[in-house]
Amino acid sequence: MTETLPERDAGVLPGGPGEGLLVEVRDGGDIVTQEMNLNIGPQHPATHGVLRVVIDLDGERISRATPVIGYMHRGFEKLAEARDYRQIIALVNRHDWLSAFNNELGVAMAVETMMEMEVPDRAQWIRVIMCEWGRILNHLMFVGSFGLELGAITPLFFAFREREDIQHLMETATGGRLHFTYNRIGGVKEDLPAGFLQASAKLIKVIRRGTQQYRDLLFGNEIFMARTKGVGVLPPQIALEYGVSGPTLHATGIGEDSRVTQPYAKYGELDVPVPVGGNGDSFDRFAMLLDRIDASTYIIDQALDRIPPGPCNVKLPKIVKAPEGAVYTRTEAPLGQLGYYLVSDGKKNPWRLKMRTPSFYNISMMPYLLEGALLSDMIAILGSVFFVVGDVDR
Amino acid sequence: MEPGLLDFPSLGLSIAVKLLIMVGFFLTAPLVAGYMEHKVLAHQQDRLGPMEAGIGPIKHGVGQLVADGAKFIQKEDIVPTAADKWVFSLAPGVALVPALVVMLVLPLGPGLFGENLGAGVFFALAVSSVSVLGVLMAAWSSANKYSLMGGIRAAAQLIAYELPLVLGAAAVVLQAGTLSLVSIVEAQADFRIFGLLPMWFVLPHAIGFLLFFVASLAELNRPPFDMPIADSEIIFGHMTEYTGIKYAFFMLAEYAGMVVLSAIATVLFLGGWYVLPGVTVPELINWVVAFFGAGPFEFHPVVAGLLGVGVTMGKIFTLVFVMVWFRATFPRLREDQLQRMSWLILIPLGLLNIVVIAIAKVLA
Repeated sequence: MTETLPERDAGVLPGGPGEGLLVEVRDGGDIVTQEMNLNIGPQHPATHGVLRVVIDLDGERISRATPVIGYMHRGFEKLAEARDYRQIIALVNRHDWLSAFNNELGVAMAVETMMEMEVPDRAQWIRVIMCEWGRILNHLMFVGSFGLELGAITPLFFAFREREDIQHLMETATGGRLHFTYNRIGGVKEDLPAGFLQASAKLIKVIRRGTQQYRDLLFGNEIFMARTKGVGVLPPQIALEYGVSGPTLHATGIGEDSRVTQPYAKYGELDVPVPVGGNGDSFDRFAMLLDRIDASTYIIDQALDRIPPGPCNVKLPKIVKAPEGAVYTRTEAPLGQLGYYLVSDGKKNPWRLKMRTPSFYNISMMPYLLEGALLSDMIAILGSVFFVVGDVDR
Repeated sequence: MEPGLLDFPSLGLSIAVKLLIMVGFFLTAPLVAGYMEHKVLAHQQDRLGPMEAGIGPIKHGVGQLVADGAKFIQKEDIVPTAADKWVFSLAPGVALVPALVVMLVLPLGPGLFGENLGAGVFFALAVSSVSVLGVLMAAWSSANKYSLMGGIRAAAQLIAYELPLVLGAAAVVLQAGTLSLVSIVEAQADFRIFGLLPMWFVLPHAIGFLLFFVASLAELNRPPFDMPIADSEIIFGHMTEYTGIKYAFFMLAEYAGMVVLSAIATVLFLGGWYVLPGVTVPELINWVVAFFGAGPFEFHPVVAGLLGVGVTMGKIFTLVFVMVWFRATFPRLREDQLQRMSWLILIPLGLLNIVVIAIAKVLA
């Protein structure tokens, strides 16, 4: 791993005490500046988590950037091999802690597919509703933190206002506020509590008012626009080559979304709008979040009208065993394409569970975006290429 | 210069009284600014802010900054091994002292000032920009790359923003025909727009006031110009390596700077201790009581002075409020955007403003 890193920091500050000058004037008047090697992270306020980026700086301009990952490696894939399928559901909602429900769903679907299990209709609809609430929760977090990274502290508190409402709503159904563990193999834990659907309908209006407020507050702000427009432009071709997905990909104009292209749960029966951007810059990526929140409320709205009564889980054997074989499920997690490749040898725990997490691919594209950017732009780029460090390192 | 209320026949007594008042003002006004930052920011962000620490039965976090100060004193004083120890330790002081020195010439009320310097504006602006030296010292001596970047940004910002600040103030000096801060306040009392409507300089000098206020935000490293300490980019700029009481000194310097620059703006543009253009508080009171048929009251000079201080404070903290409001509202500009804004917009505007004011002055 050390081979891939740029030369290590000697520990002496160029231009600082006990060192030469950063600027050298050669004969003939050419000014040569020395490049500075700077470690951003793993403990840095802007990398929200423990991402480390080693950058070479020429003044304020980044000449090379290398993300160094692995500071939060928790061995999820290996751990899953030692857990049974019920436990794995509780496990996977932790690698991307901001989209817990959406992660659970992927594993549950993988096992259901292998066991050729029929999931009750009501459970499928509940999953759709919960997925979209989870998506809104996730996006609100990034809406808030992006402002914070640009130096505007207020949006974070506003975003948490709505997050609080959603968390409260989901708590009534799942008992959890962050790690819901509401999915089960073959359905969900239990039926929705009385009044959940009405409360959802009411909350949708609050969320829509909130997104409109963020647009008014931020898009009308000259400084916000100046900091994000045209910054960190990601061409669609590059995005595809790096396997970027989710809102980061949609901002480039490609609307690939597995809810539409390969529908799961009940998404096939719904009208799923996929907002896309045009420029692929930081602003577009941020605007994607707000548009996707609105799209999610639209999906929930449809689902609330169509959810049928009935059972919401199936009776499971005492030990859940997936038959021998392999399956790959892909779902659209809030941050992008989330895939689980489950290989089973017929025992009660998987032989291998490979996770294809969106954050990892979003981060891998970082050197391309950061090269030539200003140090201040790095923050606008890091904040708008959405990732969760736990989701990168697993 | 005529002596103020604080000039006693005995030199020793005058110095003692002035020092007492200056240090008292210096220790309390920044705390009020800090408290405003806590509470105003909190309420604008849908929070409560500090609610517990209080003095006696008065809660609502009024004692928060005192508690913070007590905490800072107890913290370990860490000096990085690679740091230039002397410069590192001196820097917080260098950042803080200018704010204290500027208070010497600030007129807070009629007759209430430390010294009515003939070149008051020049002195105040010159001394207040010395605090950037403290920032540079801290940045360089910390032996930290983030600190260094913050220092370089602060230096670049100083060069870009000292000019609009001075241009804004120069137009006022031109109008008033004096560099003395006290005389500038008096000049505003006599000033009439088109010889009719009494008005403070803020109206004819709207551009100058804007320049001055924006530039003072940049000079104080306040949002939206807080790039030198941009916490999401370069941790905390020059303050990254500071802990304990030294860090507290930097914070105090920031709040004291807010108060001082707001005070200079108040004196230059907002008519100082005059509650309405050309009207002092005692005059206003006498007008009101005359309306109800009561006779005019005599005000002791000290009472009149203190009433004036109240008015000045009100104006100062209104400006401080706006600074805090900005922090809740704006994201941070980028360093190159700031430079462009300064050199291409603010400085030409400032020069134009001076020309316009000069022509108006000659014609009037």
